[in-house]
Amino acid sequence: MERLGNGPQAGIEAGRLSSAEYEANFADLHPRLDRHEALVESDRCYFCYDAPCMTACPTSIDIPLFIRQIQTGNPIGSAKTIFDQNILGGMCARVCPTETLCEQACVRNTAEDKPVEIGKLQRYATDIAMEQGRQFYSRKAPTGKTIAVVGAGPAGLAAAHRLAMHGHSVVVLEAREKAGGLNEYGIATYKAVDDFAAREVDYVTAIGGIEIRNGQALGRDFSLSDLTAQYDAVFLGMGLAGVNGLGIEGESLTGVEDAVDFIAALRQAKDKSVLPIGRRVVVLGGGMTAIDAAIQSKLLGAEEVTICYRRGKDNMNASPYEQDLATANGVIIRHWLAPKSIIGKDGPNGAHVAGIEVEYTAMRDGKLIGTGETGVIAADQIFKAIGQTFSASGLGALQFEKGKIVVDAEGRTSIEGVWAGGDCIGSGEDLTVSAVAQGRDAAESIAKALAAAAQPATAVA
Amino acid sequence: MADIRNNFVGIKSPNPFWLASAPPTDKAYNVERAFKAGWGGVVWKTLGEEGPPVVNVNGPRYGAIWGADRRLLGLNNIELITDRDLYTNLREMKEVKKNWPDRAIVASIMVPCEEQAWKAILPLVEETEVDGIELNFGCPHGMSERGMGSAVGQVPEYIEMVVRWCKQYTRMPVITKLTPNITDIRHPARAAKRGGTDAVSLINTISSIVSVDLDTFSPNPSVGGKGSHGGYCGPAVKPIALNMVAEIARDPETYGLPISGIGGITTWRDAAEFLALGAGNVQVCTAAMTYGFKIVQEMITGLSDWMDEKGHRSLDDVICRAVPNVTDWQYLNLNYIAKAHIDQDACIKCGRCHIACEDTSHQAITSMVDGVRHFEVMEEECVGCNLCVNVCPVENCITMEALPAGDLDKRTGKVVDPTYANWTQHPNNPMARQAAE
Repeated sequence: MERLGNGPQAGIEAGRLSSAEYEANFADLHPRLDRHEALVESDRCYFCYDAPCMTACPTSIDIPLFIRQIQTGNPIGSAKTIFDQNILGGMCARVCPTETLCEQACVRNTAEDKPVEIGKLQRYATDIAMEQGRQFYSRKAPTGKTIAVVGAGPAGLAAAHRLAMHGHSVVVLEAREKAGGLNEYGIATYKAVDDFAAREVDYVTAIGGIEIRNGQALGRDFSLSDLTAQYDAVFLGMGLAGVNGLGIEGESLTGVEDAVDFIAALRQAKDKSVLPIGRRVVVLGGGMTAIDAAIQSKLLGAEEVTICYRRGKDNMNASPYEQDLATANGVIIRHWLAPKSIIGKDGPNGAHVAGIEVEYTAMRDGKLIGTGETGVIAADQIFKAIGQTFSASGLGALQFEKGKIVVDAEGRTSIEGVWAGGDCIGSGEDLTVSAVAQGRDAAESIAKALAAAAQPATAVA
Repeated sequence: MADIRNNFVGIKSPNPFWLASAPPTDKAYNVERAFKAGWGGVVWKTLGEEGPPVVNVNGPRYGAIWGADRRLLGLNNIELITDRDLYTNLREMKEVKKNWPDRAIVASIMVPCEEQAWKAILPLVEETEVDGIELNFGCPHGMSERGMGSAVGQVPEYIEMVVRWCKQYTRMPVITKLTPNITDIRHPARAAKRGGTDAVSLINTISSIVSVDLDTFSPNPSVGGKGSHGGYCGPAVKPIALNMVAEIARDPETYGLPISGIGGITTWRDAAEFLALGAGNVQVCTAAMTYGFKIVQEMITGLSDWMDEKGHRSLDDVICRAVPNVTDWQYLNLNYIAKAHIDQDACIKCGRCHIACEDTSHQAITSMVDGVRHFEVMEEECVGCNLCVNVCPVENCITMEALPAGDLDKRTGKVVDPTYANWTQHPNNPMARQAAE
């Protein structure tokens, strides 16, 4: 193809766009509904009996009730209905894949293929309450008990808040510099603008009795046995700190990066123009992380962004909505391609990525195989988004299954006095909202157990 | 093509859609716009007696209630009769009638309940060569405090008296507009007929307070922190108006008295229902005040297309067609048995039928069958009340199916009787027992 003009500069470069373009690209994906929009949308809710949306919500928010409260001009009451079940309702309103949860279950889908926009309504109510600084919960009388929470992500924050409500003191040990977990470091920038994750942490901890200690990593600064010795109970919510590797040639070349690091750097950068991005970017993977990395590569000014996924469209963990969002942003999604090797090229600063060799794949007898046919996609930057893994030490005899912590229905682990929730447990669904539900429920279980232990022993006849 | 030309007590118009006496018909400018849009006729906004005109409040005159998406369902107003000089109105009426000879113009009049007042104004109106007069015995606010409007309409003797004066002092057709703010609409209608009226028109607005401002605790519309009741109109009043029209249409004493139907008419369908229940034509106000005059195009085409589809050639084929089917409760067939039926393909599984039935009615609809969300009528419990049909958000998803004679009614365990039997014959009716003895 003949080149028109100079074209974008090859290699990994910062400042590909004007400041106006950066600002527009990383603005709020869905600005909050205004009052009129919220009233029109809330009018659409049928106030279903035993509402399917509520059943589909991992935190079981009473959706018909909170929508009716918006409709009758009571957004504050609506926010309380939401926070009663999900204290991180503000972030969930932004990042929940509603199209596969509440909105998928909405009966309006059957009626007219257009669900009530539950997520946007939830954001409307929670934003109003949070901006007014309305706190709905107070602490019960202090119990004198202190619980250690490992990880200040969605699970840990939800657990801490619920424990504080019960009158317990909570110490949250967080490895990173800021609290929030994936809400702070792992969400695409345009989904939670204006430091929302940090503001939400402040909102949640405003109840009191919660102390967050940053820079405290399990296995490095303390072990589980330290916690069980020092605290009345322990909640583990440290998520998945590790990332899967490709295990192919060229993985260590300059320009091959973990997508989660890229996303975290984007979130933390006030000025996006300092972030370097390739002219041609390839993202490996089929989940939300792959989509978020690909879209944001494009938004940083990459000319060509290709997602390579080794299975078909239907197997992608990213929802159809997210896939559409990617393609609408100019990302090319290619299916049935597995990475085979990364091709390097020598440059002034040593060897760097020049492309990726991929092999076509297919399903044969229920197994994914390589067909032997290969191709090369030119790339100067490659993001790996092929899954996160549990990586922690200092957990002693804690029981694991398939690399994740084993818990029962209440979140109790194999060690007495230790609960767990979020992505680090076996049933973790890689969803903020599920982590919140698990943190909340484990906190209830902890409170129940501590209350039972505090009862004076009664004689059993 | 159906012929929708209208002849109402000798007043001809190209269609049966008139604008009611109200703000949209207060001056030539509005009326000419209405005629351009296609309205068949107007009842000019009510004229008062000669002299300094009435004054209106200078704050809000209207209040409303709304349905989903702020669709206006009910409007109330505290506006009075025309606040323009009588002669200005008369001059404009004459001019507009001259410009639009094929359209109907009727003058609405409200003057004190004295013979001299009516005797004085009627020749002035007659001189404009408009087609008829409408006596405003209906407005429930403001003017009624001065012994006019509904204050007259609530006293049948006054109605009869004033109608008689009007018939005496003018050759123009007289339409008597009735207030619904009365216990039994048949009494004022009968009085109007006794006075010799050519027709009645109804309903005028209903006394109402539309809402209360919960910050200031003032009724709305609030005029400097105070409110007074207004006249309620719009879609919300249609059922009340339909009943009153039907009551007059089927009353042996007023049977055959022409009726101009008014009250919440918003679409062609509403208009057709009024015609079927005995109205000879219809008058519209709130719909025009909500959407503008263009709505008449929907009304004209809708009525005409429906008539074509059903084979009705003229309005006379439609007018009064439903009247014989309006009866008293005691004559309803108690052997008619219907059961609700849910079309599972149309059901969106909102569950509103279930919870309405479960919480407030007869516990006749399932919510779960074999562990699956499923809404099904249990015929052994269903009394056929129709509540589920009314709360279902999907049209025609739930229908009432009549049980054929000979079928078993699972609720009562009795076979459906093909004969007609009503309350007057029922053994539980003490009156019927008495008659049998």
